[in-house]
Amino acid sequence: MKKWGMVIGAVAMLGSAAWAADSLKIGFNLPMTGDIPKVGESSRNAAEMLKADINGKGGLEVGGKKYLLDFIYEDNESKAESAVNVALKMIERDEVLAIVGPNSSKQAVPAGGTCDDNHTPMISPWSTNPDCTLDRPWVFRAAFLDPFQGPVAVNFAAKTFKAKKSAVIFDISNDYSKGLAEIFRNEWEKKMGEGTVVAFESHGTKDQDFSAQLTKIIAAKPDFIFLPDNYNQVALIVRQAHDLGWKGPFMGSDTWGTAELMDLCGDGCKGQYFSTHYAAAGATGATKEFIDRFTAKFGYVPDDVAALTWDATHIVLKAIQDVGAVHPKLKEERKAIRDAMAAIPEFNGITGNMKFNDQGDPIKCAVVVRINEEGKFVFTEQVCPTE
Amino acid sequence: MEIFFQNIFNALQWGSFYALIALGYTLVYGVLLLINFAHGDIFMVGAYIAFFVATFLLGSYGVIDPGTFTGPVIVALAIPATMILTSLVGVALERIAYRPLREKGAHRLYVVITALMCGLLLENGNLALLGASRKRFPDLLEKTVFSLGGISVTNLKILVIAAAIGVFLLLHFIVTRTKIGMAMRAISYDKFAIPLMGIPINNVIVFTFILGSGFAGLAGFLFVMSYPVLDPYMGAIIGWKAFIAAVVGGIGDIRGAFLGGFLLAFVEIGVVAVFPSTLRDLLAFSVLLLILWWKPTGMFGMPQTTKI
Repeated sequence: MKKWGMVIGAVAMLGSAAWAADSLKIGFNLPMTGDIPKVGESSRNAAEMLKADINGKGGLEVGGKKYLLDFIYEDNESKAESAVNVALKMIERDEVLAIVGPNSSKQAVPAGGTCDDNHTPMISPWSTNPDCTLDRPWVFRAAFLDPFQGPVAVNFAAKTFKAKKSAVIFDISNDYSKGLAEIFRNEWEKKMGEGTVVAFESHGTKDQDFSAQLTKIIAAKPDFIFLPDNYNQVALIVRQAHDLGWKGPFMGSDTWGTAELMDLCGDGCKGQYFSTHYAAAGATGATKEFIDRFTAKFGYVPDDVAALTWDATHIVLKAIQDVGAVHPKLKEERKAIRDAMAAIPEFNGITGNMKFNDQGDPIKCAVVVRINEEGKFVFTEQVCPTE
Repeated sequence: MEIFFQNIFNALQWGSFYALIALGYTLVYGVLLLINFAHGDIFMVGAYIAFFVATFLLGSYGVIDPGTFTGPVIVALAIPATMILTSLVGVALERIAYRPLREKGAHRLYVVITALMCGLLLENGNLALLGASRKRFPDLLEKTVFSLGGISVTNLKILVIAAAIGVFLLLHFIVTRTKIGMAMRAISYDKFAIPLMGIPINNVIVFTFILGSGFAGLAGFLFVMSYPVLDPYMGAIIGWKAFIAAVVGGIGDIRGAFLGGFLLAFVEIGVVAVFPSTLRDLLAFSVLLLILWWKPTGMFGMPQTTKI
């Protein structure tokens, strides 16, 4: 294996002078192991489906010539430092044109820096933390941002639960969770007044016992608990809260929306709400077609990260097509792709219509879903940004 | 006041897991002066064995018809099965990894490093074999939440705490009141003279590993019943912390491991209850450091005399 890797590496180096072969290389920086393996799996499945579609038709047409797609998947172990290494490896050794991923902000924020420094276009399907694209002209995303998601959760919870007081528990070592928790607290206190976030508790990524934090939260008697956490922790926290006598609702965020949530969480999560990127149940048009094909192929309903990867990859491919021709020099091609991506005014994806602002962030709608008694994510409300 | 008592129960439950794992560290250390760093991962393997035994008895693999056994019966059958299978893993590790080194007379340091590597092997072997996806442990017992004046305790919590205390009493009895316990203490006293007395040293060591790993299996079983998400790295952090608990208690001493486990849990939960939860590990380990500074051999440790 290692030998072959070196041979391939050597060939790639030799070929770098005139790399413009018949294939277009795109890297996928995904969490296949670690805390959120299902996220990586879903992303990869969506990308494989897209690749099969396009290569099945003979490849992607750029300037009258067809190029086969070559997708390279690498595991970032859901770790920030591994995500940076994967990005570097893809940029330097695999010589990809662009990188899709990482998904989670915890990895996307540092990997975004690497891609920006090395002038390689990157698009994160799922990252919602503002820092991911902030002042990084080479970094884009397909998801809405937490400063938008936070108020969605605040307004929805205030209205639906008729809540006056809220509590938050979040992962202190996760950029996403911490960022969203802070945005939520500020928004809630702006709306309800000082001190209405009655408990603001944190935990670490590898923690398994949350009883002390939850005891504190429950004693503060909030009307609901906001829980912007990865799905594996959601499963544990919801259960432990119920064990400690909590009977009120939870409000979740888009990390809840993975296909594995219900496997791990079971009955405890039924009846809870979370904000997310799209709702699979009740979708129409191209979204429904995607969901049906994905479900038939992989045996489960695609989660939001699968849909967002589909959109993100399409955006990259559209940019490649918009360039009009494949540059013989990698550096110029990357630059051209970046410029084309930044120039896309509007993209109609399966997760909704997106317009891109000058930071490379899409302006798009969020949905709030309810987990019904069968464990399905049912559309409840759509919230669009007001401009 | 309610919060205070609620947190006492929280700490008792969490401490039970530390204590059960710390007992395994301390037993092996007491006999062999070997820090078995793979112990946290044996705990993880125990949790996976528990998962497979429980789903097997629930009828997931088609051998047994679903519904043959009720939940409590499955628990009663699965606990001994898990303990036996996990102790086999522990013994296998001893035979494959530690004994050859010991027989070649390798320095203890090399055995400790081997133990660290074995832990990583177990983690990554599991990752390769079962994939990165987490597993959910099925609910075997009907959960009842008892509420007493604002304090919520589940039947499971009581079971866990009772199990930890029971295991401690049993081990304490074995080590101090039985013949094999005497042999274990004797080996820790003088490894070279004991074989001359006709004590089969390897058998005693295997017995030690059976005890330690068996109770790691029990801890794994109870752990996934309480925190029903399994992943290959679940044993790493809790294993290290339990090891620290064993050291603070005085490694090699069973009472030390038991009390050390509860002490760590009480400090952790106490810190979260009073201070912002971010400071938990910082303050918890500062307290433990102070204890070691005051008594470098731990609460029950004695400098270089008999261990266990």
